[in-house]
Amino acid sequence: MILFEVKNLVKHFGGLAAVNNVSFQVEKGEIFGLIGPNGSGKTTIFNCISSYYPVTGGNILFKDQDITSLKTNKICKIGIGRTFQVVKPLGRLSVLDNVIAAAFSKAKTKHEARDVAMETLEFCGLLHRKEIIARSLPIGERKRLEITRAMATRPELLLLDETAAGLNPTELDEAIDLIKKIRDKGVTIIIVEHIMKVIMTISDRIHAINFGQTIAQGVPKEVSNNKAVIEAYLGEEYAHG
Amino acid sequence: MKKFLPLILLIILIIFPLVYKNAYYQHLMILVFIWVAIGSGWNVIAGFTGQVSFGDAAFFGTGAYTAGLLAHHFQISAWWGMAFGGIMAMAVAFPFGWICFRLRGAYFALASLALNEVCRHIATIAEPLTQGMVGILIMPSFLSKIPYYYIALAIAIFSVVFVQIVMKSKWGYYFLSIREDQDAAESLGIDTHRYKMVSLNIAAFLTGMAGALFMNYMGFIDPEVVFSLHDISIMAILVGIVGGVGTIYGPPVGAFVMVCVHEFFRTGFFGLFKGMAALTGSDFLIVAAKYISQAHVLGFGILVVLVILYLPNGIVGDWNKLFGRFFSIKKKEAAT
Repeated sequence: MILFEVKNLVKHFGGLAAVNNVSFQVEKGEIFGLIGPNGSGKTTIFNCISSYYPVTGGNILFKDQDITSLKTNKICKIGIGRTFQVVKPLGRLSVLDNVIAAAFSKAKTKHEARDVAMETLEFCGLLHRKEIIARSLPIGERKRLEITRAMATRPELLLLDETAAGLNPTELDEAIDLIKKIRDKGVTIIIVEHIMKVIMTISDRIHAINFGQTIAQGVPKEVSNNKAVIEAYLGEEYAHG
Repeated sequence: MKKFLPLILLIILIIFPLVYKNAYYQHLMILVFIWVAIGSGWNVIAGFTGQVSFGDAAFFGTGAYTAGLLAHHFQISAWWGMAFGGIMAMAVAFPFGWICFRLRGAYFALASLALNEVCRHIATIAEPLTQGMVGILIMPSFLSKIPYYYIALAIAIFSVVFVQIVMKSKWGYYFLSIREDQDAAESLGIDTHRYKMVSLNIAAFLTGMAGALFMNYMGFIDPEVVFSLHDISIMAILVGIVGGVGTIYGPPVGAFVMVCVHEFFRTGFFGLFKGMAALTGSDFLIVAAKYISQAHVLGFGILVVLVILYLPNGIVGDWNKLFGRFFSIKKKEAAT
């Protein structure tokens, strides 16, 4: 079953086509990887999906419903959560309050919001840090807080924007475990990532873009052997060699 | 002990006018209470929601004029203004917020400053309605200050308790989220525009109510008094900053300190300069005595510099720093 679809997405910044005619479909329950070199338009696609930028052209469908022109907060309400590449913790609030604020998007009462928050904190393994002020968390846990907060809004589709960047090897393994755990809970995931270890181990399918255009699509093995992808990442000589 | 502190303070404030019958100090306390309400309102929009407003006088003046005009044109008791003043202030806040919350940070602050000036000019120019610079005079309801004292106290308590309840609810979490990061708040499903409007309207209601009380108490208003930029809008910011931005008990403390400082300057350091001038006959001191009462804005400026340098979170926010240091010195002395 197709849960989410992007159709001919176009985004121009002035004369620059940051995303040019990108289309993909995401099945329910899969982990969908989005890769591409720096500046290829991955985060722009995320920002278009969550409506931070108005799209220039194309459609975005979620559960057969056109969500292209919905506002950012509505996007969250209908079940699409996201994290930010540059983490945005609510700095002067405690970790628990960060998650409670997010849980209110579905919870009716404060009591319920608190319960949802505690449950999500435990699920994401951040419960022992709940009293800490978000600003003073180390980067690994800030990234984890981003995921926890997004999960507290009870999404069906989660957009992860470089959640593994800047993590040490141990934290990396923990992050992979967490992402798998979220998938096992039934949440569909679209993940943007640079670290190949992460994207190749967890993705069910991968979509590669460069200069805002699709260059390859398929299961991880196909994509990693694709000429255009190798060329985009390593340069022309490697692709021919 | 800390739990009972507000209760003890409340009892002292209730007993105060019965024990201490000096009308001057009762007057000062009434001003403090009015400033508690205004400061609490400012703190909701600026302290908790992070949208710094320089235009509180627009709401304050609207509340005051609502009460005054009801009495002046329709012979309705100005006390009705206590309810309508807050609502009229919200009626001003609503279209303003609807349009100007597209602006962020300093640009919103500038827009609110403009709102302040626009309201002042309207009140000055619309003479058939407001009598312009002539102002509005109503008969005070009570001769004694004691009824005003208790009404003002009730308003002050209502403001503080109301803000406390709001901040513990879903709205409170939303306000704080918007303050900390508007983009993140939006991605968490918070309609930031809507909740900034909610926050502004709460602020406008509390401030407008305080304005209506001011009209009732003072009996006279004109545009320069109630729409004053430095005496109302800036003072509201000072009450918030000195007391502690984003704290429940900041505005009460700030109101007390600021009214004291204001009065200190207004009376020329309690008549010190006048006395010195009379004693020495020095020309300089005579001039100084004349102008020192106007210098309170200068005094405010110095105070703000000191507060921002040494107590960036205000007196309440930095309470532990302020008194922790004091006590630690004492402890060290005891140890040696």
